[in-house]
Amino acid sequence: MSIRVTSISKRFGDAVALDDVSLEVESGSLTALLGPSGGGKSTLLRIIAGLDRPDSGTVHIEGEDLTDAPARQRGVGFCFQHYAPFRHLTVRRNIAFGLEIRHRPKAEVKARVDELLELVGLAHLAERYPSQLSGGQRQRMALARALAIEPKVLLLDEPFGALDAQVRTQLRRWLRDLHDTLHVTTVLVTHDQEEAMEVADRLAIINQGRLEQVGTPADMYDHPANEFVMTFLGPATRLDGEWVRPHDLVVHRFEDGKPTTAAVEGTVSRVTHLGFEVKVDVELAKGDECWVQLSRGSALELGLEAGQRVWVARADASTPSRSPMLSA
Amino acid sequence: MKRSRWRLPLRFAVLGYLALLVILPVSTVFYRAFQHGLGTAWDAITSTDALHALWLTFLVAAIAVPLNTVFGVGVSLILARHRFPGAWLLDALVDIPLAISPVVIGLALILVYGHTGWFGSWLNTHHITVIYAVPGIVMASAAVSLPYVVREVLPVLQEIGTEQEQAARTLGAGPFTVFRRITLPNIRRGLAYGVTLTTARVLGEFGAVAIVSGAVAGKTETLTLFIADSIDSLDTQSAYVGAVALCLAALIVLTLLTVTDRKRDDWHKEVA
Repeated sequence: MSIRVTSISKRFGDAVALDDVSLEVESGSLTALLGPSGGGKSTLLRIIAGLDRPDSGTVHIEGEDLTDAPARQRGVGFCFQHYAPFRHLTVRRNIAFGLEIRHRPKAEVKARVDELLELVGLAHLAERYPSQLSGGQRQRMALARALAIEPKVLLLDEPFGALDAQVRTQLRRWLRDLHDTLHVTTVLVTHDQEEAMEVADRLAIINQGRLEQVGTPADMYDHPANEFVMTFLGPATRLDGEWVRPHDLVVHRFEDGKPTTAAVEGTVSRVTHLGFEVKVDVELAKGDECWVQLSRGSALELGLEAGQRVWVARADASTPSRSPMLSA
Repeated sequence: MKRSRWRLPLRFAVLGYLALLVILPVSTVFYRAFQHGLGTAWDAITSTDALHALWLTFLVAAIAVPLNTVFGVGVSLILARHRFPGAWLLDALVDIPLAISPVVIGLALILVYGHTGWFGSWLNTHHITVIYAVPGIVMASAAVSLPYVVREVLPVLQEIGTEQEQAARTLGAGPFTVFRRITLPNIRRGLAYGVTLTTARVLGEFGAVAIVSGAVAGKTETLTLFIADSIDSLDTQSAYVGAVALCLAALIVLTLLTVTDRKRDDWHKEVA
């Protein structure tokens, strides 16, 4: 294991940031700490980096107990949400910082920095100052700066949080590719489940200071451990008191008769066309509401419109998300 | 905003105000100083008392300004980077010299360090003279110029935040390296401005120094006291030349600031 945190707790005044969190991160993996804002995931990242101290619990990196070690002795690369560029230094000197303070020979520093500039695609901007870069370029500079010291682990706090949507998508792919090239154990914090599922091999879901579940994105999507993970990881709705993914539901015309014994009667309250996807809100006979995600084709075929009476049923009775523990 | 017809009158009003309060009086002093030729002016400024006053002013500035620079940066770092009970009190205490009259500060120093003051007997037995001597003048000058570095540096420290420093720590930098390579370059401008204000204040201080120094010509007279003394003894030529020297000293300090400010500040500019 590259990182092992054990029973970490941390309070800020009266607020509990982390409550007995234990987590292991495999060497060479890319793990996302995912959860809503203020859930404690950034605090956990900062504790791993040594920027915050836990009230209790231990942090091991590559088998070494670093709980009481200062940040500068941990050998972690940390990227801040707003990149924390050294504003008075050029891109080149920013990247060289960790090597310069270690008094490495000049030629070695230059060679290493040139290599990193090439890697992050900033070679042509080496003599610029951070204020002259775009957000995405600053992000890549911060990554290169952290990678320069050949860290044992790379920690990224909301790496795409401050970027606009288009750059964000590009950088996600780029980061994934970079990780596949370098295989540095990486932990990133994000509140965006789509981002986490796209980039990471493993997710650790943290909510209200607790670790809810750890696993691969696909596994957790299909087998969420609890209601929070179910609703946080993707779209969710309730049919007959049970959580279900809206794309696992089907709609039948009322006049075609009850399709399965478990089907529920309802009235379409709204049909929303979102391009390929069509969102159908249904008011169920028992007074509940649910929504169904249909493809454009099947919605057109059914000719759905508001006020229409329908049956709502599960597409597949063996859908894993119907695990009994989810019954509400 | 449209170009208003008030623009021109406004400019004249501002310039007129400056002319009446600063430009006209100061140039009169320059004119009077050299009225009887350069030779006379030179003789006045090279008199024993004038040279001593110049030397003493320089000495006091050379001690008080570095002291307040170190103290000011230290206090700013404490106030900006640490949370502790009583921080507001420290913050307010720093401003006291701005709020109360320098004369009161001078008087207070006498009450504490004078022969009959709190530390008076201890200082006497150890043969240390503070009041009516150079140490007292330095203390008074340092006291009145205390807030300037803090007030310039503290806002900058608060504005830049701690993330750059934290980033440097994760990259392996110890506290001293972080300060020297990250914090100091970031506060450089504010610090330069604070040091300039401090220097200007120390050079020009009169009230507090007048109380604690005893103003003995050739011994405890700074340039401002020398000017006042010359006016009292109707030696106007010396007073004018002393005033010119004071102006020139301030001018040199301001020029140095402008020069350091222009250097290496391209990283502040955003490029579109």
